[in-house]
Amino acid sequence: MRIKRFQEKLGFLFLSFCMVVILLILITIFYDIISKGSSKISWEFLAASPSNGMTEGGIFPAIVGTFLVTLITAALAIPLGMGCAIYLNEYAKDSKITRLIRMSIRNLSGVPSIVYGLFGVVLFVQLMRLDTSILSAGLTLGLMTLPWTITASEEALKNVPNSYRQGALALGATKWQSIKTNVLPYAVPGMLTGTILGLSRAAGETAPILFTGAAFFLPFIPKSLFSQFMALPYHLYIMATQHHAIEKVRPIAYGTALVLVVLIFLMNLSAIIIRYNLRKVKKG
Amino acid sequence: MKRIKEKIIHGLFFFNGVLVVMVLLGIFALLIFTAIPAFKEIRLSEFIFSSNWNPTSYVKSSYGIGAMLVSTFMVTLGSLLIAIPLGIGTAAYLSDVASPKVREIAKPVVEILAGIPSVVIGFLGIVLVGPLIAKIFHIPNGLNAVNGSILLAIMALPTIVSMSEDALNSVPKSYIEASLALGASHWQTIVKVKIPAALSGIIAACMLGMGRAIGETMTVLMATGCAPAMPEGFFSAVRTMTSTIAIELGEVPYYTTHYYALFGVGLVLFIITFLVNMTSDIILHKHQRLSR
Amino acid sequence: MKKYFILFMAIFSLSLTANSVFAQNMLQIKGSDTLINLVQKLAEEYMEKNPGKYIAVTGGGSGTGIAALTNKKCDIANASRLMKSKEIDMANQRGVNPKRVVIAMDGLSVIVNGRNSVDKLSMDQIGKIFRGEITNWQDVGGKNSPITLYGRQSNSGTFVFFRDAVVKADYSAKMNRMNGNAQIVEGVRSDSSGIGYVGVGYVKEARGITVLKVARSAKGDYASPLNADDVKSGEYPIARPLNQYIDGSTKGAIEDFIAFELSQEGQRIVEQEGFFPIPVDYEDFNEKSVGL
Repeated sequence: MRIKRFQEKLGFLFLSFCMVVILLILITIFYDIISKGSSKISWEFLAASPSNGMTEGGIFPAIVGTFLVTLITAALAIPLGMGCAIYLNEYAKDSKITRLIRMSIRNLSGVPSIVYGLFGVVLFVQLMRLDTSILSAGLTLGLMTLPWTITASEEALKNVPNSYRQGALALGATKWQSIKTNVLPYAVPGMLTGTILGLSRAAGETAPILFTGAAFFLPFIPKSLFSQFMALPYHLYIMATQHHAIEKVRPIAYGTALVLVVLIFLMNLSAIIIRYNLRKVKKG
Repeated sequence: MKRIKEKIIHGLFFFNGVLVVMVLLGIFALLIFTAIPAFKEIRLSEFIFSSNWNPTSYVKSSYGIGAMLVSTFMVTLGSLLIAIPLGIGTAAYLSDVASPKVREIAKPVVEILAGIPSVVIGFLGIVLVGPLIAKIFHIPNGLNAVNGSILLAIMALPTIVSMSEDALNSVPKSYIEASLALGASHWQTIVKVKIPAALSGIIAACMLGMGRAIGETMTVLMATGCAPAMPEGFFSAVRTMTSTIAIELGEVPYYTTHYYALFGVGLVLFIITFLVNMTSDIILHKHQRLSR
Repeated sequence: MKKYFILFMAIFSLSLTANSVFAQNMLQIKGSDTLINLVQKLAEEYMEKNPGKYIAVTGGGSGTGIAALTNKKCDIANASRLMKSKEIDMANQRGVNPKRVVIAMDGLSVIVNGRNSVDKLSMDQIGKIFRGEITNWQDVGGKNSPITLYGRQSNSGTFVFFRDAVVKADYSAKMNRMNGNAQIVEGVRSDSSGIGYVGVGYVKEARGITVLKVARSAKGDYASPLNADDVKSGEYPIARPLNQYIDGSTKGAIEDFIAFELSQEGQRIVEQEGFFPIPVDYEDFNEKSVGL
């Protein structure tokens, strides 16, 4: 009996140990990045372009580039994602096509990021002649983010009580009207949250933008969406592997990693805040 | 008039839904169409089974993905060996051991881990994990399959943890209560009732984690040494299918055999991850049906 | 919904107004990793002196640059090797007429760890080492320890040049393929049995490594790439020109930048970055090739 008790205690200890390991991994990651990257963070680092063979200066163009690309990603992923979710949750009946759509969504989310890159090169860079540009990269990332926005939007729509819909219909509204006035306003916080989380993932992706637009050295704000761009994740990659003085620029690499992680963290935070606030407003 | 407008709107949304299918089919079709010309020059059996990938050879170009397949397999296996016990253990912790307060902190922790970009993890593989491996095992550098396995485990963990936790939480209360009523301890209930009941969900989670590991690019590109030879062991440098595409796609002149062959590699990658995801799907659905 | 529509229209109109006027004014340079830091520095200086001119520099390897020039995706291709006849044919097929300019000289350096007693080798020995025929340092006068090879990826001109000039066959399959010159330096520095090849610009200030003196044959004189005269005179056997390729009809902006690179100012930067300025016979070559 005592052996059994001991075994069980050991068992529970193992489970707690697992959790602790994950916690330690996260802490190590953040400790390393923050301790070695924060010394680089300054107004100059954030607002200036790389200079002196990229061993000095800042990463401003990369920040702007990431921002612009994410904007395009959003422009594609949000309307198409919401639209698909609305179809699936509001209009679709359980049929072969519906199951096919759902299966496609799940499979799209499992496609490797480099394969999206391949697809982007052929479809956007070559066939649509968008060349390597913010547009090509953003659209590629948009496709990659689609499964995410669809799933998040669907969850949000599911959470709207059916009574809302039926109430509107009972008052004589058409299906679309009932969705527009009685469902969407309550689903938007959830949709937004999920979407921003998806965009934060897209902002950190490198493989899809490797061949669709990311540039090694472009020290100014891209003046058009057809231009190449610097981007934070790609900048981290080249600072860590391609630069000619890797040791010298290691602090810059750490700084870039820190900025990237903070950016993603801020996006996640804003998603949660938006959801919280909008929920409050709706309730009031 | 309203009727027509409604029909049009319905149609637009329907088209939007079908678009997703078109994208998936599009990716598949594009990969196939761009890869097929390669096989006019390369024998399929050589492509898959030969371990000699040397398209720009001094002597004779060869296009065998055997070594890449083994490399991908190795780092994936290594990562799962780490991530599965760790992931299921954490999931069980979250579902059965953690108090609600602890859970409120612990769940976001896992989500934050999921949000860390692959390039950052790869970077840490170069500056942190690699040198550590080199020190511990007394080898010159730590850019090898072990490094890749550790990093991929970190990337697959959040998926395995969340999905397994969901599976464990969806075990019907009646099962748990019945077990406890029969005198089983908490631990026995977890191990002998909960986990088996949630098994299909857990397996689905692990397969999805595996899919992530197989498809990961930047992490392995930066931290595994990228030697195209057949790896001799876990301490060899390896080059996965994803790394090969990432390295060579920029170099290759469009519309050459090498170019088509790279798309062939992409196609193989797509098929493998597709099969893994489908399997995970089927298992998950069986699980959901059973728990209802 | 309205918000998104407005956002979308804003982006759309931005993309229309901006159009390609700006894109036309921007010089697109792609290619060699050996050259990228040098060209990037040159571009930086040039842009400082000529506000309103914009240059974008991307890497990916010599093969990438040449492919981009062939596909009309860049204005200047940085290449640390010569274009192969196959590549020139393909460019001509696509309507591109490649013209070569030499902007610097490189003494491709073979480096070993600072603690390695070996400090000179013949071309033949180096070839055998990188072919995998000599595998232990004791076979070339060092201590008993297996040699670790560090090299580049196949998209690198340095990879191709070293292979064609020294290895004269395919590299040993066990060679670690690093993503850039700097990683090779790092690798060799932390590996007491390592050997690698890098552009001389990367070793001038590097610590912890020894730059080998190389002789054309075992009985000949040994020369070091750090000695500018040896490189210029050809005494150092692994010297090579660093090139840029442009499409035959030089447009104003391209011509202006290349003229800057070849000017005294530009060549001073070449020296600063650790390479050697163009010797006289290449100056003549440049004049014949592009008239600069």
